[in-house]
Amino acid sequence: MTAAHVETARPTTPGTELGTPATEVSTPGPAAPVRGKEHVVGRVADIPSGEGRAFVAGGVQVAVFRMRDGSLHATQAACPHAGGPLADGQTDVDVLVCPLHLYAYRWSDGASTSGAAPVRVYPVREQDGAFVVTV
Amino acid sequence: MAPRTDAPVLGARRAATTTLRLDDELDARGRLVVVGNGMAGARLVEEVLERGGGEQFRITVFGDEPHGNYNRIMLSPVLAGESHEDDIVLNSHDWYADNDIDLRAGVRVERIDTAAKQVHAADGSVTPYDHLVLATGSHSFIPPMAGVRRKDGELLPGVYGFRTIDETRAMLEATGRCRRAVVMGGGLLGLESARALQGHGLQVELVHAMPWLMNAQLDAEAGAILKKSVESLGISVHLDVLATEVLGAERVEGVLLGDGRRLDCDLLVVAAGVRPHADVAVRSGLEVQRAIVVDDQLRTDDPDVYAIGECAQHRGEVYGLVAPAWEHAKVLADVLTGTDPQAEYHGSRTATKLKVAGVDVAVMGVSTPQRDDDEFLVISEPKRGVHLSVVIRDDKLVGATLLGDTRKVAFLTQAFDRGAPLPEERIRLLVDLSDGAAEVGVAEMPHDSQVCNCNGVSKGDICGAVTAGCGSVGAVMDRTRAGKGCGSCKSLVKQIVEWAADGDLAEDPAASWYVPGIPMPKPELVRAIREHDLRSVSAVFAALAPDGRDDAKSKMGLTSLLKMIWGTDYLPEKDAEFINDRVHANIQRDGTFSVVPQMKGGVTTPAQLRRIADVAEKYEVPMVKVTGGQRIDLLGVRKEDLPALWADLGMPSGYAYGKSMRTVKTCVGSDFCRFGLGDSTQLGIDLETRFQGIESPAKMKLAVVGCPRNCAEAYVKDVGVVAVGNGKWEVYVGGAAGATVRKGDLLATVDSPEAVIELAGRFMQYYRENANWLERTYDFVPRVGLERIRTVLLEDGEGIVADLDAGMQRSIDAYTDPWGQDAATPATPGQFRPSLPLVELPKVPVR
Ligand code: SRM
Ligand SMILES: Cc1cc2nc3c(=O)[nH]c(=O)nc-3n(C[C@H](O)[C@H](O)[C@H](O)COP(=O)(O)OP(=O)(O)OC[C@H]3O[C@@H](n4cnc5c(N)ncnc54)[C@H](O)[C@@H]3O)c2cc1C
Ligand code: SF4
Ligand code: FES
Repeated sequence: MTAAHVETARPTTPGTELGTPATEVSTPGPAAPVRGKEHVVGRVADIPSGEGRAFVAGGVQVAVFRMRDGSLHATQAACPHAGGPLADGQTDVDVLVCPLHLYAYRWSDGASTSGAAPVRVYPVREQDGAFVVTV
Repeated sequence: MAPRTDAPVLGARRAATTTLRLDDELDARGRLVVVGNGMAGARLVEEVLERGGGEQFRITVFGDEPHGNYNRIMLSPVLAGESHEDDIVLNSHDWYADNDIDLRAGVRVERIDTAAKQVHAADGSVTPYDHLVLATGSHSFIPPMAGVRRKDGELLPGVYGFRTIDETRAMLEATGRCRRAVVMGGGLLGLESARALQGHGLQVELVHAMPWLMNAQLDAEAGAILKKSVESLGISVHLDVLATEVLGAERVEGVLLGDGRRLDCDLLVVAAGVRPHADVAVRSGLEVQRAIVVDDQLRTDDPDVYAIGECAQHRGEVYGLVAPAWEHAKVLADVLTGTDPQAEYHGSRTATKLKVAGVDVAVMGVSTPQRDDDEFLVISEPKRGVHLSVVIRDDKLVGATLLGDTRKVAFLTQAFDRGAPLPEERIRLLVDLSDGAAEVGVAEMPHDSQVCNCNGVSKGDICGAVTAGCGSVGAVMDRTRAGKGCGSCKSLVKQIVEWAADGDLAEDPAASWYVPGIPMPKPELVRAIREHDLRSVSAVFAALAPDGRDDAKSKMGLTSLLKMIWGTDYLPEKDAEFINDRVHANIQRDGTFSVVPQMKGGVTTPAQLRRIADVAEKYEVPMVKVTGGQRIDLLGVRKEDLPALWADLGMPSGYAYGKSMRTVKTCVGSDFCRFGLGDSTQLGIDLETRFQGIESPAKMKLAVVGCPRNCAEAYVKDVGVVAVGNGKWEVYVGGAAGATVRKGDLLATVDSPEAVIELAGRFMQYYRENANWLERTYDFVPRVGLERIRTVLLEDGEGIVADLDAGMQRSIDAYTDPWGQDAATPATPGQFRPSLPLVELPKVPVR
């Protein structure tokens, strides 16, 4: 960026922090493997049918999806491609589609349908009206 | 596994996958080692595997680049931002693992011990071989200029070659902060990079040492015409001058030309040719002249070492194109696997068809007559940027150059390759004379004439694939790889497939579907939805999708369609909406959202501005920006802040996120402007009021201007309205000035603002009912045809105008401001809950 450009590269609103340049955000990639600890992350009423919501399970950000047929899925919350918020994605019986660049990830193994890095999937079940995720 | 680097590895392996290897001792297969994982090296491995070589050889591939194998010739579209780098991966790391190939990606080979038959690599490894193939390609040639390198030998920051994906990424990244580029070299790569950088908004100057562009392929006259075409893109061209010095201490600041001129720049691309990568061969004692010398079996002077691709010199020729490299790979695979131990390569006749800086170019053979009795035919139309020429010797075509118009390339290529007889009237070689004589069609093409030069696919191969059962163009392309290189032959491939299938072709059925998950074109789908009374997206899937399966990528299109059909009677389902529609804001790269309040016709008030300012401060909005749509954008708003922010704003949504009517831009018009012929501002406000938030297959952007000076760009809008005086207004449709630029077509001239509103509504409804999902009006209008649209809308030729008006009215009645609604009560639990909890926002900044 030339000097003149930097001058204008300030937040317009006073008091706002400037983030890190986009170029310095490294590709998040897949999350760490599952270690096997169970966490209760939320209740059934927290996730409308067909949608996803994000939670923190033992320090790990997870996105939990409740499908229209009642089945559950959980994945890492940030897209391995460029950190997109996967809980904001759209779903069907086979895949989860990230809202940012529309990469699709298979529920079965987290693999991307386009050959990009896979998303980590976590075991999730419902117990007494609550979601239990194993991370 | 690939080594980890900061930059993502193209075609990388899934993390934590391991490959089991047999114990070396137990493996009786020969050892085939390939050095270079580029176009030639990887293709050789494919060809070997195709001939069953996986049983014969343990294969190891060394690649200097950390990536899987990618399509180098597609780097130009990647640099231009037209292709995504993920789309150019040919073989991912997984492919190597799946085929039991040991890929040493990111490992450079340093030398070969031909006596011990071992490969020594930079990571210290020593790999024995039985057969060794060098496919090390070329590197960019950096001419010796003062200042181009730093003391440590690295290029001065800001100076780039154009050969690898890493260089392409680096340049792409630099486009964001650079403003002026100089490109050295007026050949293919120089022109391509100049056009790409120009497309990124940089001011580009091109310096070429020769008197005309692409001097290696074109004659002076054609080069001059190409120069005009390039200059018309806004690129300045300096010919016949050398760059002698690169200026700048820390990073590039400019270049000095031989004639003393100085060109300032903050980015310098050096595309002054390539040099074969022959250092390994030299160090290993192999014979190297201009490149590594090989015989007709691609063998070097060591009997177990071969060279293919750009690093090989065969019968004095070194090629700089993929087609010869792929011919090398075929012959060598035949030899190595014993499929045809006598196979020989006798050189390539290179015919190239390229798109250079947006201009079609095809060249083959010689470009100018070389003997006294050579026939030379030239057609030159500098104004149109067209220059065509052929050179004929002894009744055979020995050269052709087509610039700006390559329609005759198929026939010329055949004539060149096969020595096919030429028409008596030579001019027929270059133009179709309209006396009804049939053009040499695909039917007459010889079976073995090459169609896809990149992948060496002949007409016969394509016909073979059709006979073998490939039922669509896509299937044939997948099977034969035709059209999968630079893509310039796709239309010819399509013609041949159609001819070979003789009408028996499965038209890719999905192409006509409205959304991929429901096998129906739009009219049929609309009928079925009405017939079964389907009011929600899940009901549509249950009733109409194969096995009732839902499909994520179809949901958004279906939601839009149902809203159009049912108006208020549509049953909303949040999960069928894209995130933008779920929270009525546009998602940003860091998961925050942008908020654009409605500002009808681009007119605002001090009170509105004050509120926007207050809200921006209260919610720490990182950027407040005036948009290209004449309103104000609050960018970087946290999802959880949206409802409160809307409530504080007290303004309705501007729908800047939806596939819907967006804005109506206006100019000041007759109230203030001395040229104004009509009250464009008021008409814009009225249009926006009436059509606010109307869902559509793709965005609809409108504008109204007070006179043909067109200050609010009405000629290039989906619906554009121009006051022409005496109370008359012109209504244009199908204009665009986004990714596509198209001047709208004049639909009608009407004589009141009311008539404009009525006609605009009819047109938009007709478009909503008939356009494909995501088809903008700039595609819809030409597809349907202006005449037909006029007949339907102006003469009621199909008797549907009343229905169109009613349909539009239904949607207008269903309008509610989504902000007002959901700010008061969320539509679903957690509608505005953050989706990246704990992450400090914004993670990526807003400049
Ligand atoms: C905010 C704005 C840029 C600005 O800062 O000025 C903008 C921002 C975006 N535009 Fe635009 N466009 C904006 C005016 C335009 C204009 C100019 C205009 O409207 O007069 C055009 C050309 C006119 C046209 O569309 O024909 C324009 C042509 C596009 C296109 C290309 C559409 C095409 O088919 O040619 C896209 C991509 C798409 O739609 O797929 C796009 C897509 C986008 C998206 C929505 C990308 C996305 O999906 O996230 C951008 C959202 C950025 C963000 O993070 O919020 N934007 N975009 C402008 C908002 C206008 C408004 O007030 O509503
Ligand atoms: C931007 C661009 C556009 C192009 N467009 C076209 C086009 O439209 N049509 C066309 O026909 N051609 C085009 N070309 C040319 C084409 O890409 C080359 O002819 C082709 O890539 C040659 O293949 P190759 O395998 O010989 O070399 P490369 O593809 O360059 O592969 C050589 C590989 O070997 C590796 N290597 C080198 N030395 C070592 C070592 N010591 N150890 C390990 N690995 C090593 C390199 O890192 C490289 O990955 C284009 C080239 C570029 C750069
Ligand atoms: S705002 Fe529009 S032009 Fe700018 S980066 Fe986004 S899509 Fe591209
Ligand atoms: S961030 Fe998910 S697809 Fe790009």
